[in-house]
Amino acid sequence: MLGWGVDRLRADMSRLLAILFHQGVLDEQFLQLQQLQDESSPNFVSEVVNIYFHESEKLLRNLRGLLLDREFSDYKKMGIHLNQFMGSSSSIGANRVRNVCVAFRAASEQNNRAGCLRALELLEHEYCYLKNKLHELFQMEQQRVLAAGARYPLQQQQQH
Amino acid sequence: MTLKMQQSYHHSVAVKVNEQQVGTKRGYTFIQANRTWLPKVLLLWVMAMALLSLTIYNGMDADNRVRRKEVLGSMCDQRARILQDQFSVSVNHVHALAILVSTFHYYKSPSAIDQETFAEYTARTAFERPLLSGVAYARRVIDSERQEFERQHGWTIKTMEREPSAIRDEYAPVIFSQETVSYIESLDMMSGEEDRENILRARATGKAVLTRPFRLLGSHHLGVVLTFPVYKSKLPPSPTAAQRIEATAGYLGGAFDIESLVENLLGQLAGNQAILVNVYDITNSSDLLIMYGHQNLDGDLSLLHESKLDFGDPFRKHLMICRYHEKAPASWAALTTAFLFFVIGLLVGYILYGAAIHIVRVEDGFHEMQELKFRAEAADVTKSQFLATVSHEIRTPMNGILGMLALLLDTDLSSTQRDYAQTAQVCGKALIALINEVLDREKIEAGKLELEAVPFDIRSILDDVLSLFSEKSRNKGIELAVFVSDKVPEIVVGDPGRFRQIITNLVGNSVKFTDRGHIFIKVHLYENAKAMTDTKVNTCLNGGSNESVLTSGSQKFKTLSGCETADDQNSWDVFRHFSDEDFRSDASINVTTNNEASEDVGLMVCVEDTGIGIPLKAQGRVFMPFVQADSSTSRHYGGTGIGLSISKCLVELMGGQIDFISRPDVGSTFSFTAVFGTCKKNVFNNMEKRNAEALPSGFRGLKALVVDGNPVRATVTRYHLKRLGILAEVVSSLKLAAGSCGKNGSLTSGGKIQPDIILVEKDSWISGEDSVSSVWQLDLKQNGHTFKLPKMILLATNITDSEFDKAKGAGFSDTVIMKPLRARMVAACLQQVLSMGKKRSQGKGMPNGSSFLQSLLCGKRILVVDDNRVNRRVAAGALKKFGADVECAESGKAALKLLQLPHIYDACFMDIQMPEMDGYVFKSCFMILDFNCSVIYWLYFLDR
Repeated sequence: MLGWGVDRLRADMSRLLAILFHQGVLDEQFLQLQQLQDESSPNFVSEVVNIYFHESEKLLRNLRGLLLDREFSDYKKMGIHLNQFMGSSSSIGANRVRNVCVAFRAASEQNNRAGCLRALELLEHEYCYLKNKLHELFQMEQQRVLAAGARYPLQQQQQH
Repeated sequence: MTLKMQQSYHHSVAVKVNEQQVGTKRGYTFIQANRTWLPKVLLLWVMAMALLSLTIYNGMDADNRVRRKEVLGSMCDQRARILQDQFSVSVNHVHALAILVSTFHYYKSPSAIDQETFAEYTARTAFERPLLSGVAYARRVIDSERQEFERQHGWTIKTMEREPSAIRDEYAPVIFSQETVSYIESLDMMSGEEDRENILRARATGKAVLTRPFRLLGSHHLGVVLTFPVYKSKLPPSPTAAQRIEATAGYLGGAFDIESLVENLLGQLAGNQAILVNVYDITNSSDLLIMYGHQNLDGDLSLLHESKLDFGDPFRKHLMICRYHEKAPASWAALTTAFLFFVIGLLVGYILYGAAIHIVRVEDGFHEMQELKFRAEAADVTKSQFLATVSHEIRTPMNGILGMLALLLDTDLSSTQRDYAQTAQVCGKALIALINEVLDREKIEAGKLELEAVPFDIRSILDDVLSLFSEKSRNKGIELAVFVSDKVPEIVVGDPGRFRQIITNLVGNSVKFTDRGHIFIKVHLYENAKAMTDTKVNTCLNGGSNESVLTSGSQKFKTLSGCETADDQNSWDVFRHFSDEDFRSDASINVTTNNEASEDVGLMVCVEDTGIGIPLKAQGRVFMPFVQADSSTSRHYGGTGIGLSISKCLVELMGGQIDFISRPDVGSTFSFTAVFGTCKKNVFNNMEKRNAEALPSGFRGLKALVVDGNPVRATVTRYHLKRLGILAEVVSSLKLAAGSCGKNGSLTSGGKIQPDIILVEKDSWISGEDSVSSVWQLDLKQNGHTFKLPKMILLATNITDSEFDKAKGAGFSDTVIMKPLRARMVAACLQQVLSMGKKRSQGKGMPNGSSFLQSLLCGKRILVVDDNRVNRRVAAGALKKFGADVECAESGKAALKLLQLPHIYDACFMDIQMPEMDGYVFKSCFMILDFNCSVIYWLYFLDR
C-alpha cells in the first residue's frame, strides 16, 4: 500500500514539475540541479533552494526598502541586488522570476519608479508562487523518501 | 506579457506605416497634387486652341478680303476707264458729225447733204460709233418759219407721240437720220422733255450734253441722248450764250443705248461673269438713276467699288458701281489651316492630358505599391517576430516535456516503456532542434544574431563533426575525411558553435545525399587557395591537364575515393600543391603564423561529396529558405531545407561567402570562406596547452609508413598522424613498403626511416595481398635482429567479419582502425597498439560526455569565487559531482588571500561580475602576483 503511495507521490511530483515547466516557472537548469543530487549529497536541491529563499527574501526586503524610500531611490544599488537575484534565480532555474528581474532591472536602469514598483509587485508575486510550489514539491519529496525509505529497498519494489 | 508586447509592437508597426504614408503623401509631384484640375485644364486648352485657330482663320480671311477688294477695284476701274474712253471716242465722232453737218449743210449753198447722203454716210461710219445706236440731225425751226419748212419738206412737224405738233416758239424736227433711227424723222425733238432740255443746254454751252437715262424710243432700252449744237455761222472766239443761241442752226443727237452697249463692252473683258456692274447717273444725288444693271441689287452686297465716270458732260455726273456676282467663296486654305491647327492643338492637348493622367495613374500605382510594400515588410517583420515568439513559446513547454521525459527515463521502466519514452525524447529533441533552427533564421533575419569571438581549435571542431557523422558514413560505406592545411593557425578567434553549425549542416547534407564515394572536408587559407587555383587554371590552359589516369581499364579520378567530383579545381593537382607545401615548409609556417599574429585570417572550407548532386534547375534556389532542391527530396530524404539558408547567413555574418559547384549524379562541392581572428600566442598559452593536452603527445618522434595507392587518402592519413607528432612516409603499394623496409633491414645505418608503425589501407592490402606475406617474412627476419617489429595497422572504411579474420591471419594482428580518421581516435588506437596508454581513472557509470570532465576534474582542488550564495552552492555541487575538491570564497579579496603563494589549487572559477572586485580586476591582480594557476571565468549570461 505504501508502495502505491510512493508511486502516486512520484507521479504527483512529476505532474507538478511538468506544470511548473509548462508554465515556465522552472527551466532546464532545475533539472540539472536535480542531477547534481546523489548519494553523497542527498538534500542538495532543497539545501540550495533554501539558501535561495533565504537570500531572495533578504534581497526582496532590501529592494522594497530602497523603492519605498520616497525621497531618493538608489537605482544603482537596486541594480546590484537585481543582478544577484537574477544570478541566483538562473542557477536554480527559476525562469519566470529571472524574467521579471530582467524587466525590473530595465525599469531601474531607466529610473522608472512606477515601472519598478509594478515589477516589484510582480516579482513578489512570482516569488511567492515559486516558493509555494517548491515547498509543495519538497514536501512530496520528503514524504516519498520517508515512504520509500521506511518500507522497502528498491529491488523489492520492482518485484511487486 | 508577451501578448501585450506583441500588441504594442503591432501598434508601433501601424504607427510607422501611417507615418510613412504621410511621408509619401508629402512626396506627391505637382501633377499629382493638381489632379482635379486636369480636365479643366484640358477644356481650357481646347478653348484656347479654338480661339487661336479662329484668329488664324480670321487673319487669313482678312488677307483674302483685301485681295478681293483690290481685284474688284482694279476691275471696276478698268471697266470705267474703257467705258469712258469708248464713250468719249463716240462723243468725238458725233462732234465731228456735227461739224460735218454744219460744214456741208450750212456753209455750202446749196446744201451738199440731203437725207440720203446723211443716211449713207452715217451708216458707213457707224463702226466709229459703236456706242451709239444711231444719229440724227434736227433743224432749229422757229414758229414763224414752220409753214415754210413744212412746205419745203412736204411733211408736218410731229411730236414724239407722232401727232402733228401744236404751235410752239421753236421746233426741232429731225431732218436727217441714220437708217437705224429713221423712225424719228420729222419728229420734233423739242417735244420730248429730255431732248428739249438737252437741246436748250447744248446750244447755250456749245458742248456735248447728255440727257438723263430714259427709255429710248425705238428699242425701249435704257439710254441717254447726246446732243451737239450745230451753228449756222462761225462764232466769235468767246461767244456768249445769247450769241450761241442766235447762231444755232440745228442739233445733232445720238442715242447711246447704254444697256446693250455696256454689255457688249463688258463681254469683251475678262472676269465678266464674276462681277456685276451698275452704272448710275448721279446728277441728282438724292435720286440715283440707273443707267445699266439691275435695279434690285443682288449678288454680294458686302463689297462694293465705286468708280467715277466722266462722259464729258460737266453737268451730268456718272458713277460705276461694281460688286461680285457671288459672295466671297469660303477660303479653303484658311479653313483647312485653321482646322488643322485646331486638330493638332487638340491632339497635343490630348496627348499632354493623357500623359498627365498616365503619370497620375503610375504615381497612384507607385504609391499603392509602396504602401503595399510597407505593409508587406511590416507583415514580414511581424511574421518574424511572431515566429520567434511562437518558437520561443513552443520551446518552453517542449523543455518541460523533455525534462519530464528525462525524469521518466530515470524511473524504473519496462523495456517497451523505455523504448517509447526514448523515442519520444528523440522526437522532442529533433523538434527542439528544428525550432532552434527556425529561431536562428529569424534571429539572423532580424539582425539580432551576434557572433561570439572566442578562441577555438578548428581541427578539434572538425574532428567533433566527423565523429558525429562517423556512424552514418560507416553504415553507408562512404569515406569521410578531413584535411586542414598546416598554414591554418592552431587557434583562431571566432564563433566555434556557429562554425560547427555550418560544417555540420554541410556535411549532414552531404551524408544525406551521398550513397557511394566520399565526403571530404578541406580547410585552407583563403589566399593560398586562390593562388593555387589560379596556377592550376594556368597549367590547365597550358594543356598539361591530367585529371584522370587510366588504371586497369576503368577511369579513376584522383580524389579521396577515386570517384569523380563536381569541382575540378579541387582536384589532386591543386591538393598536392597544398599538402606538399604544407609538409615541406614546416619551419617557415611557424614564422609566418607568428608574423601574422593578431591579424585576421581568411579560411576557405570545402565540403566535397560524390552524392546525387543538385539538379541544374534547382541550383539557383538552393540557398533560399524552406526550399529544397526538389519537392521529392523532402519525401526521400526528409529535412526542412532551412539549413543551407542559415549556413549562408552565418557565413555572411562571418564575413565570407558560400558557393557551390554541383553536377547531377557526380556530386557537389560546397565551399565557403570565413574570416577569423588570430590570437596572440602569449595570451592564450593556457588554452593552447589545454588543447595540446587533449591530444596525447606520447607519439612524438614516432615514424610511420603509410601504404596507400590513393595519394589524397594517404595525405589525409599523414595529416592526422602529423597532428600526433608522428613522422609519416607514404608509399603507394605494399611491395614498395616491403622494399623500403627491407632496405632498412639490411642497411642499418643508411636507412631513411625505420617505421614503428605501418598503416595499410584496405584497398592496397586487397590489391597487393601477395606481398603481405613478404612483409610478414621480412618482419620475421627482422625479428632475428634487434629491431623492434613495426606494428601493422589496417585502415578501413568498412570491413566484414570474414575480411577482419583474414586480415588477422595476414598479419594485421595489431588492430584495425575504422575510418573516418580522427586524431584522437587514431591516438587511442595507437595507444592500445603500442600499449602505452596511461592508466586513467575511469568514471563508474558516467555517460561518455562527462567521463572526460570526470577524468579532468577528479582529485583537482578548485576554488569557487562568487558573491552569490546560491550560485556558489550550485557550482560547488556541480564540481563535486565530478570528483573535484571544492572550496568557496565569498569575494575577490578572500580569494586572493586563499591564493597566496604557495597555494594548493589547480583552478579557480570566478564570477565575472562581482561588487568590490570583479573578475577583471581580480585577473589583473592575479597577473601581477604571477600565480601558477589557471583561472577560468565563470560567466553568467544574465540576459539570455
